[in-house]
Amino acid sequence: MRIKSLSLLFVTLLLAMQIHAAVKVGSAFPDLKTFSLEGKLPENLEGKVVIVDFWASWCGPCGESFPAMDALQKKYGAQGLVIIAVNVDEKKSDMEDFLKDHAVSFTVVRDAKQKLVDKAGIGTMPSSFVLGTDGKVVFTHNGFHGGTTVKEYEKQIESLLKK
Amino acid sequence: MKTKLFQVAFGMALILTTAGCANVKPWQRGTLADYTMRADRDPIGEAQMEHIWFSREMASGGKGVGGGGCGCN
Repeated sequence: MRIKSLSLLFVTLLLAMQIHAAVKVGSAFPDLKTFSLEGKLPENLEGKVVIVDFWASWCGPCGESFPAMDALQKKYGAQGLVIIAVNVDEKKSDMEDFLKDHAVSFTVVRDAKQKLVDKAGIGTMPSSFVLGTDGKVVFTHNGFHGGTTVKEYEKQIESLLKK
Repeated sequence: MKTKLFQVAFGMALILTTAGCANVKPWQRGTLADYTMRADRDPIGEAQMEHIWFSREMASGGKGVGGGGCGCN
């Protein structure tokens, strides 16, 4: 009885802490199509290097990262880079207002129910996952630190496109 | 038996209710990041409040203001 009770309490504690496995380097990124994201996802991501970037309109560094990400998309798009920016705003209008000031050429979708971002288990805003051609996470980025982050992205993208 | 069951139920309820206290995830900070949550969103109002604290509460240099609490500055 005691063991049963303790087990039950332990399980409850786990549930209460909402422990879930965050997406880590080496693991496959969740299938975006299964999360009912608002917006149109790219048709075919097979053989592409994909960057999944989580952002929100209220996040200052996200605004800084957008022009840099756009430049990356334009520079490496033809070679097989696909950037998918996943918005996590609670209000759709906030996202739309932000996009009016930050027009970009890459794909923007909205995780209205915040299920994907929850699954990804990110620790900062913005956060991004760089996926190799096999769909597995190869690099992760926490936050955006201007030129330093851009250089890291370039190095990583080039290394993955060569494979 | 009933006491134990009550203890377990109480424990579960305690864990579930207390664990939910501070669980704002990074992507849920939209409201906290809002302009209205900033302490310095109203510079004129803040200056007035600082003057009041400085003059009436004899606060000296609390926010970078020099002098005594006489309210004569």
